Amino acid sequence: MKTMRIDRRSFLKVSALGGGGAVLALYVKPAMAQFGPAAPPVATNYIKIASDGVVTIMAKNPDLGQGVKTMLPMIIADELDADWKTVKVEQADFDDTKYAGQIAGGSTATPTNWTPMRQVGAAGRAMLITAAAQTWNVPESECSTAAGKVFHKSSNRSLGYGELASKFASVKLPDLNSLKLKDPSEYKIIGTTQPGRDVHDIVTAKPIFAIDIVRPGMLYACFEKCGVFGGKVKSANLDDIKKMPGVRDAFIVTRPDITDAVLPGDPGLENGIAIVADTWWQAQTARKKLQVTWDEGPRASQSSVEHAQKADEMSKQAPQRTIRADGDAEGALKTAAKVVEGAYSYPHISHAPLEPQNCTAEYKNGKCEMWTNSQIPGNARRLAAEALGIQQSDVTVHMIHGGGGFGRRLTNDYAVEAAYISKQVGAPVKLLWSREDDMAHDYYRPGGFQYLKAGLDNSGKIVAWRNHFISYGEGERFASAAAMGPTEFPQRFIQNYALVTSVQPLGIRTGSLRAPSSNAFAFVIQSFIDELAHAAGKDPVAFRLELLSAPPPPAPAAAPAGRGGRGGFAAPGMNADRMKGVVQLVAEKSGWGKTKLPKGTAMGVAFHFSHQGYFAEVAEVKVESGTKVKVNKVWVAADIGRQIINPGAAENLAQGAIIDGMSELMDQEITVDKGHVVQSNYHQHKLVRMAQAPPAIEIHWLKSDNNPTGLGEPSLPPILPAIANAIFSATGKRVRSLPISKSGFSWA
Amino acid sequence: MAFKLNVNGRSTTVDVAADTPLLWVLRDVLNLHGTKYGCGIGQCRACTVHLNGRAVPSCQTPISAAANQNITTLEGLSADGTHPVQLAWQEIDVPQCGYCQAGQMMSAAALLAKTPRPSDKDIDSAMNGNLCRCGTYLRIRQAIHKAAEITANASAKTVQTAAVK
Repeated sequence: MKTMRIDRRSFLKVSALGGGGAVLALYVKPAMAQFGPAAPPVATNYIKIASDGVVTIMAKNPDLGQGVKTMLPMIIADELDADWKTVKVEQADFDDTKYAGQIAGGSTATPTNWTPMRQVGAAGRAMLITAAAQTWNVPESECSTAAGKVFHKSSNRSLGYGELASKFASVKLPDLNSLKLKDPSEYKIIGTTQPGRDVHDIVTAKPIFAIDIVRPGMLYACFEKCGVFGGKVKSANLDDIKKMPGVRDAFIVTRPDITDAVLPGDPGLENGIAIVADTWWQAQTARKKLQVTWDEGPRASQSSVEHAQKADEMSKQAPQRTIRADGDAEGALKTAAKVVEGAYSYPHISHAPLEPQNCTAEYKNGKCEMWTNSQIPGNARRLAAEALGIQQSDVTVHMIHGGGGFGRRLTNDYAVEAAYISKQVGAPVKLLWSREDDMAHDYYRPGGFQYLKAGLDNSGKIVAWRNHFISYGEGERFASAAAMGPTEFPQRFIQNYALVTSVQPLGIRTGSLRAPSSNAFAFVIQSFIDELAHAAGKDPVAFRLELLSAPPPPAPAAAPAGRGGRGGFAAPGMNADRMKGVVQLVAEKSGWGKTKLPKGTAMGVAFHFSHQGYFAEVAEVKVESGTKVKVNKVWVAADIGRQIINPGAAENLAQGAIIDGMSELMDQEITVDKGHVVQSNYHQHKLVRMAQAPPAIEIHWLKSDNNPTGLGEPSLPPILPAIANAIFSATGKRVRSLPISKSGFSWA
Repeated sequence: MAFKLNVNGRSTTVDVAADTPLLWVLRDVLNLHGTKYGCGIGQCRACTVHLNGRAVPSCQTPISAAANQNITTLEGLSADGTHPVQLAWQEIDVPQCGYCQAGQMMSAAALLAKTPRPSDKDIDSAMNGNLCRCGTYLRIRQAIHKAAEITANASAKTVQTAAVK
């Protein structure tokens, strides 16, 4: 990371790779400024009006299934008073002269674009009114708009937007601050369910994914890397490989060593062997004959077993440092009426989006064109320019629909490889990783260990909380996405709170996975709170509501700039009342405490705040024979502000988050042995299947008077502890380690 | 080696190694990109196609085993999205990322051809091979019921029309 050219903006982008959305959650204001539109949005960059009346709205962000290609243009179209049925939506390329914040990460698309996209639409509408008023020579104040037309009611005249197309292009852009945005009661598109703009292309097999890109004269490539990160090729039988059918070239790529104990977030080009052939299958077939002698380097000695042993040792020693200390946790633990302890752990896991990593690149005459599903296309451009030795302005990045991302495509290794290989062979190249490549070379959700100890007083109130958080990193630096911040819940709800930490080095790459850190921390914290509720003899919902009412949480202090605070509960902090609202709502909707359930069936509850979203979830779980788990039903209550922009898509996304979280809970684990990742494909890193999915997942929105925020990430974390807590209630077995299949559980 | 293929009702000949999976012939030789690669080991079934009406993972089907048989891909359901499964998928707005949906739809179409009104249980067992990383299973199930309904309504109309005539 030190070698990168760093300006203020790319510093923040690089930070995003480290902490992902969590960084955005922490540095909300700067993040909004940097990841949201930095410069005032220019309406004509987003809205094109053709003389035939077709209104085209540009979709500025990468879409990998979150639905932003539909949702962001809906916001513009509503303020523009366009007719959504006839609006065309076009995916923008990466272009930082026109758009800002073209990223998919941190559930930021809604909060950062909500106002600018409304301003774009309102500006467009104002310009069309100006154009019509000039045409009719009437005051603008007498004109109104609806469904793609400007009206002058008193003279009963109207002009379609298409008829104003030429004037629209020449009208002066209005001052954004002068625009009057709609009252929510005036929305016609926002708040209505609109199908995804790509659904017809998807069901009719149109080649919309990056993996479908074809260029004239294109060759196919695969890229073999050492199973140990940073490993180098000593020798390889490239002459044999070059003779294989269809093979055009095979060559070794060597890069400078990365010696930092904390691996960089997005290192760009890596060591390996490229094989280029007429078809991908030929490249892969040749690859099977590859004989490589690797210099695996210093990271080949590590293993997950040793990491766990080391964590256990560290838990018995004094922590390396304190992240936060409020009151006197040690003292309060000594005098508490009851002390509860729990040693929790969670593994590394892989993103494994279904579309394997791929990119098509075409290097010609010192310029490079790329077709990629990157979540941060700006970094793809920068890293490709560095690897090719050309200016960023000579790299064009087309943002192609992605087959899932979940954080994996925040990093651009595969895109940089494609660009580099294209330059080497002098032809357009589609680089495609195999599933095995993807699982072996991910930026894994980092595992971790949390040794918790809490004290209850005689009334069952939590009076002390101590967490020895054992993670990966070196000194005061955590590995990417492996940090916990000083404001992690339940900080400020418990008087005597201590968060201490110890770290050990990790030689595999880590990064943000959907709801980074929260996806693991919620399991730990909400499971342990459940333990405390049972120890206190209190109802788990009532206990949580009491905790959230603990008087009086002080206003959260601004986190120190530049370090720590990457937890989900980062500044500006969780509003306890909003969280209580969703806990109460989910209890009400699920019939918590009111439903008589058969033996072996129970409900569990959990809540978590992340990415500005308030989510509480209840799972009703049946456990057969003590180990066979069936999730009968899930209730989700969420407060993400006053407006759900596209309710149908929002429901789909939240239901998917529940199922995604179930996969993480039950089965997913990446382990390392001799520096190599052990798991290779979906048979060893399982996803929930149709028959295991809950038959019903109800989503309830608690609409509070706050600006809308994102939901793709915050909807996930509570489901893991909600199910684990239900399993405890059904069986008496408290599972403190993920995945729970290792404790003998499986889906029924 | 040359292989004669019958894909979506059209005959064609390809010259590839005999062990080349049907998936890669469809995608990279015939430029039919609807069929997707996800795992290469038959675990995710994003590559599902019909071989003589049966849903099979094309990544596990060597071209030598697919030659001279009737192969149907998502492109072959209909080009304009009017197959009941395609209509239902659009109406329910099933996809998130959409990458697995070609395989889901081909498995669903094969199920419905055999079992016109499937129960949830029928759906679970026919669809359990297809992974959806985004977790759209609830909508997939709903869309299969919808497709069954669309087909039933269409044939009811046909019967009515016949009766009137």
